[in-house]
Amino acid sequence: MSQSTNIPQNQAGGNRPQILSSASHKQSRYAVNRMAKIAMIVCASSSFLILLVIIAFIFREGLPAFIEVGFFQFLFGIDWSPSRGMFGILPMIAGSLAVTIGSIAVAIPLGVACAILLAEIAPFKVREALRPAVELLVGIPSVIYGLVGMLVIVPAVRQIGGTGYSVLAACVVLIVMILPTIISISEDSIRAVPRKYKEGSLSLGATQWQTVWHVLIPAARSGIGASIVLGIGRAIGETMAMIMVIGNAVMVPTSPLSPARTLTGNIAVEINYATGLHANALFATAIILLAFIVILNSITMALFKRGFRGQSES
Amino acid sequence: MAVKNRMRVIFLVSLLVLSLSLTACGQPGTTPSNAAVSGLSGSITLSGSNTVQPLAEILANAFTALHPRVRIVVQGGGSSVGIKAVNDGTVDLGSSSRELTASDPKLVVFPLARDGIAVIVNPQNPVNNLSKIQIRDIYSGKITRWSQVNGTDQPVTVVAREEGSGTRTAFEEMIMGDQPVTRGAILQSSNGALLQVVRADVNAIGFISFGFLADKSVKGLSIDGVEATLANARSGAYPVVRALYFLTKTEPTGLVKDFLDFCAGPEAQKLITSEGYVSVH
Repeated sequence: MSQSTNIPQNQAGGNRPQILSSASHKQSRYAVNRMAKIAMIVCASSSFLILLVIIAFIFREGLPAFIEVGFFQFLFGIDWSPSRGMFGILPMIAGSLAVTIGSIAVAIPLGVACAILLAEIAPFKVREALRPAVELLVGIPSVIYGLVGMLVIVPAVRQIGGTGYSVLAACVVLIVMILPTIISISEDSIRAVPRKYKEGSLSLGATQWQTVWHVLIPAARSGIGASIVLGIGRAIGETMAMIMVIGNAVMVPTSPLSPARTLTGNIAVEINYATGLHANALFATAIILLAFIVILNSITMALFKRGFRGQSES
Repeated sequence: MAVKNRMRVIFLVSLLVLSLSLTACGQPGTTPSNAAVSGLSGSITLSGSNTVQPLAEILANAFTALHPRVRIVVQGGGSSVGIKAVNDGTVDLGSSSRELTASDPKLVVFPLARDGIAVIVNPQNPVNNLSKIQIRDIYSGKITRWSQVNGTDQPVTVVAREEGSGTRTAFEEMIMGDQPVTRGAILQSSNGALLQVVRADVNAIGFISFGFLADKSVKGLSIDGVEATLANARSGAYPVVRALYFLTKTEPTGLVKDFLDFCAGPEAQKLITSEGYVSVH
């Protein structure tokens, strides 16, 4: 409703400089204005609509599995063997958590440190060489990471023990994949901290390290948080590279060297041959995955928002 | 004006290139005599089992070589994808490497070929023969080291296909009986991916369609002393052989029927044999 009342107002406002433009020209300008507005509304609402359709579809296909298998049986069962009618996705939940936590735990300190280096410490030339490299890494398709992981990292892990197809190999691949995201977004947010904060801190006698640690990072906290959310999103959502290096075994990983399967991998590996309840169970896996992403993102967002506010109040 | 003219030229040139490439596509390198003989035209879409896919492509090429005005689009996806697609009517022809079960829709089934499943290891592995029981024990997790089956003192990397795969279903039926495949098995979702793992890992064991055995980067094991060869599969001596199917929704007519007749014919069955599959005859 508010849009339709807005348009006449704009017209009234535009009536004043009548001498400058002819009536027809003016009319076409307003037509364009209105059309642009409608186009924007259509675009914005269609993306929202697509989200709704996806969610509705996943739930329609997945809910029968919850009903048939039982929600808790599905979520906490440790046996996944569709041909025997066993649908428990705890091993996949454990697998997804293991690779996500494992890779994030390494990627956050590494990524933030690299961002600080690029934003504050490195000389201009080093920065100019490193930045494009990092940005290029973001754009490499995940299947390439998977291929390199399969041909380089898996055999390397095999030297340590086990088959090589393991949580450890998956973590290493994921770290390389999410580092660029964390680095480039964190760096931008550190760079966006007002210059006077830094100058103030330095002029009060703080060292460079004290300035970075006590002033720049707290001020850039929400941006760093956003980069971590995106990193987690990429880690938990990564499918192709994971399938190629993690071994896809249906078991709760007992050590970094044991194979595992992620939630995304569970869907991608089996969907080709799935029918009936099996297919429903894979869609139900997607529901769990969706819930996971929402929960993880809100936890991370909440942590960083609160942290930021606390810092600025003190 | 100059810009407009240039645009027009670009448009015309691209139109010309497009039409040239289209006519080039429309005439695959066939002899003109064949073209004159065949009156068939139209297109067939096919999707399904990724075990059948390479075979289907070869048969489709042979068929279109005889009938140049026919196009056959071959897609993979998996047996269940093929079954679903042909039932939905999105493709004319489905393919499956597993039997239809009660939960599948009712379809018309055409046996295309029979396919042996080879148990494969890395060529560097000294083991050449396993008994059916040993294979079952390896896959169920009872045997975990190669030394237990006269091999090196190394752990066995068990590699299998994912649940629901036609190849795995057949393997489970014919080797595993009621024993489940061990939880620690590395699972790969296609014949090619499984081949890649066994090729890279000296201690790996896997199973694969005979059709993929042609490249010698992996070693097919004898089972109970019977070598994994086409002759043994045909004679029935080799214990792990399953059927491959084409599927249609209703009794086929027209072009699809012509293609299916061709596939059942002697020429196509000879091709099937030369590709490492067992003829239905």
